[in-house]
Amino acid sequence: MSLLSTQGLTKAFGGLTAVSDVDFELPQGEIRALIGPNGAGKTTFVGLLCGRMAPSAGTVRFDGQDISRLAAHERIRLGIAYTFQITSVFARLSAHENVALAVRRRGGDAVREVPEALQRVGLRDRAGDLAGDLSYGHQRLLEIAMGLAQKPRLLILDEPTQGLADSEIDAFCALVRGLAPETTVLLIEHNMSVVMRVAQKITVLNFGAVLAEGAPEVVQADPAVQAAYLGGVEA
Amino acid sequence: MDFGAHLLLASLEGAVTAAVLTLTALGLSLVFGIMRVVNVAHGEFYMLGAVIAWFVATSLGGHPALGFMAALVVAPVLVGLLAAAADVTLLKRVDYDPERTIVVTIGLLYIIQQVALMTYGPEARPVQEPFNHRIMLPLFSWQDGFYFPSGWGAPSTTSYKLFVIGSAAAVLLGVWLLMTRTKIGLVMRATQLDREMAQVFGVAVERVYALVFGLGAALAALGAVLVVPIQQAHYLMGHDPLLLSFIVVIIGGLGSLPGTVLAAVLIGMSDGIISVFFSPTLAKILATLLVALVLVFRPQGLFGTRAA
Amino acid sequence: MSEAGKVWALHLGLLGLLFALQFVLPAYHHGNLARVMVLASFAVGYNLMFGYTGLLSLGHAMFFAAGMYGMGLAMRHLGWTPGPALIAGVLSGVVLALVVGALALRTVGVGFMIVTLMFAQAVYLVALYFGEWTRGDEGFVIQQAERVMMGLDLSQPGPRYFVAFVLFSACMLLSLRVMQSGFGKVLIAIRENEERARMLGYNVFRHKLGAVALSGGIAAAAGAFYGLLFGYVGATFATTQYSILPLLWVLLGGAGTILGPFVGTLFAFYLIDISSGFTTAHMLVVGVVLVALALFARQGIVGELRARLWRWLP
Ligand SMILES: Nc1ncnc2c1ncn2[C@@H]1O[C@H](COP(=O)(O)OP(=O)(O)OP(=O)(O)O)[C@@H](O)[C@H]1O
Ligand SMILES: [Mg+2]
Repeated sequence: MSLLSTQGLTKAFGGLTAVSDVDFELPQGEIRALIGPNGAGKTTFVGLLCGRMAPSAGTVRFDGQDISRLAAHERIRLGIAYTFQITSVFARLSAHENVALAVRRRGGDAVREVPEALQRVGLRDRAGDLAGDLSYGHQRLLEIAMGLAQKPRLLILDEPTQGLADSEIDAFCALVRGLAPETTVLLIEHNMSVVMRVAQKITVLNFGAVLAEGAPEVVQADPAVQAAYLGGVEA
Repeated sequence: MDFGAHLLLASLEGAVTAAVLTLTALGLSLVFGIMRVVNVAHGEFYMLGAVIAWFVATSLGGHPALGFMAALVVAPVLVGLLAAAADVTLLKRVDYDPERTIVVTIGLLYIIQQVALMTYGPEARPVQEPFNHRIMLPLFSWQDGFYFPSGWGAPSTTSYKLFVIGSAAAVLLGVWLLMTRTKIGLVMRATQLDREMAQVFGVAVERVYALVFGLGAALAALGAVLVVPIQQAHYLMGHDPLLLSFIVVIIGGLGSLPGTVLAAVLIGMSDGIISVFFSPTLAKILATLLVALVLVFRPQGLFGTRAA
Repeated sequence: MSEAGKVWALHLGLLGLLFALQFVLPAYHHGNLARVMVLASFAVGYNLMFGYTGLLSLGHAMFFAAGMYGMGLAMRHLGWTPGPALIAGVLSGVVLALVVGALALRTVGVGFMIVTLMFAQAVYLVALYFGEWTRGDEGFVIQQAERVMMGLDLSQPGPRYFVAFVLFSACMLLSLRVMQSGFGKVLIAIRENEERARMLGYNVFRHKLGAVALSGGIAAAAGAFYGLLFGYVGATFATTQYSILPLLWVLLGGAGTILGPFVGTLFAFYLIDISSGFTTAHMLVVGVVLVALALFARQGIVGELRARLWRWLP
């Protein structure tokens, strides 16, 4: 059964249709990659999923329930976690407190669970540092820890590996693979090697519409997808 | 006096209020529109204009018109220079951060006001108007057409009040020409649209800001000089114009000059009209609540269309 | 000592000191300190919103005045005794805060500042408009005979100091507890990064509204006690000046610190007190201090202490 689905999801910014009539199904337990050239509408699409902005048209269903009218925080409470493409942590709070805020929201025990979550992304020894003092890569990892700490049913990651070192990327891939099948993952990613390593299925977005969808190898070989990426590079 | 006469008088009083308010609010609106900061000390620049006008007029002597005309030039220029100096020494230093700018201008408010109290004193003092003729006003009725009523209560105004309205209109025209027809106006509008972009294209944003802040204050001072023969100068007189200007600028759409002028006329007129028929306090309550609600329910239309 | 231990030792220590001071202070400073403690309670309320939640209100005088009038009008026109009248005052403040908050919180930044300013102005004008009951700017006096609560004659310096002390202790400890609670930590999170807090699943609007209600309630309590302890209720306390003063106190003492409001109020009070010895234009000091704070010391006294010495200060 689908954990998440959309029907006719559309978002227009003035004259620009950033997301155009997208029908999308994400089965429970899957790790799905969402790819597409810059400006394809990926961030906008997931923003519509978790309620950061209102759609121009279309519906979003989560776990059988129509959540199109719910506010962002209500959707998060249903079990969706979101990490920002542009790093967004509480810069003047400690790494520990950043994660603790995520843990406490669902009534978890911060003392026990925060070190656990930090451990999983390799930031356990930085717990006392101010988030703003961490390196860029570490801030990205902190965001992922905040996502994990929410114990979400659906984890949406927007370009999480941007700015990570190779060793950190390897650890990240292992981490994400370990999340399934309890956690369903929707991963926006430009790094194709990450996509090929973790994704069970890929959805390609181009000019706001779904261009292709299927198994990684199939999508990778799809001439239309290659054309879109090449076109994207040229533009 | 019959209703028609009342209404006519009230509209004329309203037009005078509206004229002064337009100038004052225009200053605030320019500053907000271009610099995106709220100047809480705006009312004190207004007060300063009136107080300086009194100093100039009393120290000059001679025919009252002489002192007044001198004040009309000296007060706005001095106040404008002072404001520009405040911009360079204070606002620039806090990076025009909205919160810190508010704190700084609140500080400025008290500093200017209290310095005025220490030097000018707590008294209210009039400045004599340069000229003052009573002008009878015609009324209109269906039987007689236009006619001049006679006796007690015949509606009249003074030439000075008409002068205030005329001058405000002239200044308004001047500002409009400045903004649309001159290079400096173009530069100001460019800065308003996109500060970074303007900088890239070689606009000295800092100088534009100092100029705008000075111009905004000078407009307030000018409004005050015009009003001081009618209202007297007092060190606390800046409070009401500040609130009214806020009201105007918000209703008219922050940063929109035509909106500001329209709202000033509307509110100035209605303030005059409402105060004649109702208690002025009630009018003010309604006006302040209206502004608050406009800001709450139509913020996008009021802070301009573009997100900062 | 653990950090929590240090925190409690410091704050309870301050309260102990304030309690002890009443027995040694000369009459003049004894009276001043009682007044400072009530005003500092006002600042504590302001700080919850401005310092901890990041909401800059320019209209807190309306909550102070709501408390003062809620208490004063109930005593004057309904003949209530101080206890119920104080409760009426606090409730007036909370209700007003909920209404104003529900509307004003739809705006952000400069909009929020102006909306709160406008509502406060409307409240001030309403107090003038109903001058028949409120006696407007002139205000009214609460008779000495009525100012007796639980056997304490509040017109006497001793009981007055004691009650002011109890009020301040309650407000400060309440704010400390709130900021140690999950709710308070969410407020800080909202101040630091509202969007992130929302995307962690927190209802930002509700939390802000809670902060406004709490802040307005504490400000109203301060207003109600001020009227009762000093026996006077007047529209002056609803003017913009009384919205600016708590901003000054909190900025001076340190926004977002528990001790800041008291330290700031104490400093500003004596600063103004001393300068009024020289000039009638004592508000000049307020202006200069505000400008200097914005320019040079954004963290305030306790904030600087925290940044330089005691990182554990709440
Ligand atoms: N708030 C907005 N207002 C106007 N246009 C927007 C807004 N947000 C995004 N857009 C536009 O919508 C389009 C899609 O943007 P989006 O950020 O969703 O792309 P993306 O696929 O995430 O790109 P990237 O890979 O660069 O992150 C772009 O053309 C972008 O300029
Ligand atoms: Mg994106």
